[in-house]
Amino acid sequence: MKTAARLGMVLCGHCAALWKDVQAHDRCGRCGARLHPRKPDSLSRTWALVIAACIMYLPANLLPVMITASFPREEQQDTIMSGIIYFWTSGSWVLAVIVFIASFLVPLFKLAVMILLLVTAWRHSSWRLLERTRLYRIVELIGRWSMLDVFVVSLLAGLVQIQGFATVHAGPGIVAFAAVVVLTMFASMSFDPRLMWDTGAPEQEKPDE
Amino acid sequence: MQQLPDLIACKECDAVHRRLTLGHNEVARCSRCGAELERDMRDHVGRVLPLTIASLFMYVIANVFPVAGLEFHGAVNHTTLMGAVLSLGAEEMYLLAFLVFVTTILFPLFQLLGLIYLLISISGTGRRSHGLNLWVRMIQTFRPWVMVEVLLLGAIVAFVKLTSMATVFPGPALWALGGLALLFASVLSFNPRYIWHMAPPERRKKLATAADRTSAAPSAEKAVTAKPESP
Ligand SMILES: [Zn+2]
Repeated sequence: MKTAARLGMVLCGHCAALWKDVQAHDRCGRCGARLHPRKPDSLSRTWALVIAACIMYLPANLLPVMITASFPREEQQDTIMSGIIYFWTSGSWVLAVIVFIASFLVPLFKLAVMILLLVTAWRHSSWRLLERTRLYRIVELIGRWSMLDVFVVSLLAGLVQIQGFATVHAGPGIVAFAAVVVLTMFASMSFDPRLMWDTGAPEQEKPDE
Repeated sequence: MQQLPDLIACKECDAVHRRLTLGHNEVARCSRCGAELERDMRDHVGRVLPLTIASLFMYVIANVFPVAGLEFHGAVNHTTLMGAVLSLGAEEMYLLAFLVFVTTILFPLFQLLGLIYLLISISGTGRRSHGLNLWVRMIQTFRPWVMVEVLLLGAIVAFVKLTSMATVFPGPALWALGGLALLFASVLSFNPRYIWHMAPPERRKKLATAADRTSAAPSAEKAVTAKPESP
């Protein structure tokens, strides 16, 4: 397979113009973006972001994301999981499933997939390249939906502000949770899927001509 | 440094393909990994501008009016999007307030105004100025951080959550958010990157004659998807 790297070409990441004879620090002649054969320091940057996201994942799930004070009941602290359980037990099964997917499954899936992609790219593995590329696309597509709980808590905190009766405050957990979402989004952006294909074993070359 | 206008490389697997002249609404896909290489956007360009202006109207409604109201033992409380951001700020959740502000208020507005400016500038002469280059790149960079549709789902979840503890009523902004999310889905399917490919007709002819020079590169598979996206 003829690749841009083997042919000595560089693809502009922004406007998709293809250039040859590119010197270091050159900019794309069409759109002006910096030209890099691969995203710079892709693996180490992505590792750093994924590790930071893994660390934030713990407080995100253990600390309360929402603190409800409603008279005359005492203060109630909700974590991500207890919020999902609340929906389930109160009969809102559809919402329980939506929040479970967006807030629990998606972040976990993203971290697991990013670690898988990083380890296989780092070991120059040619294992299931097509499927790994698909996993990367899925991660890019679904990542943003984890912001759901951040918006839910923000809107509730803005709306339920009736002093003396009921107030909702955002808890520290939601900040950690938002950090996980933002860090994993940056991680999938800094990962260069071409690195997986670069190091793959020579594939069954189809006769071109 | 020399441009190779008749070749295209896959941004996901780096395979080099010969560029094909695309028919209406056709999509070229990488034959190695299946990623989208190019998409014909000629039909789209005329449609995006009115949709973007409609989105801007929805955006204004979504930001001026309350998202929802809450009645609790006779006391009524409304909140707008900005109100929610400000109450996070009042609780010293600055990072969170900033994140909600940029993803739901600032970047969507920036995206809409940027697209309107861009589409108006290219519709006149078809020529691109240098200031426009930076503009297109910024629109693309901020695109993943526009989260209107996620906010809509969040508003619905918050709304249902409250129905069990108080009387809640939807505000005009909730409906506007629904409209905005729908319009945005269509507006954002227009990737500003394709503006670069909308070469003037005389250059397209040149591309076609230069194609024989690059017979070494495999041509991209044309996916026969003539599916017009409904607004
Ligand atoms: Zn490809």
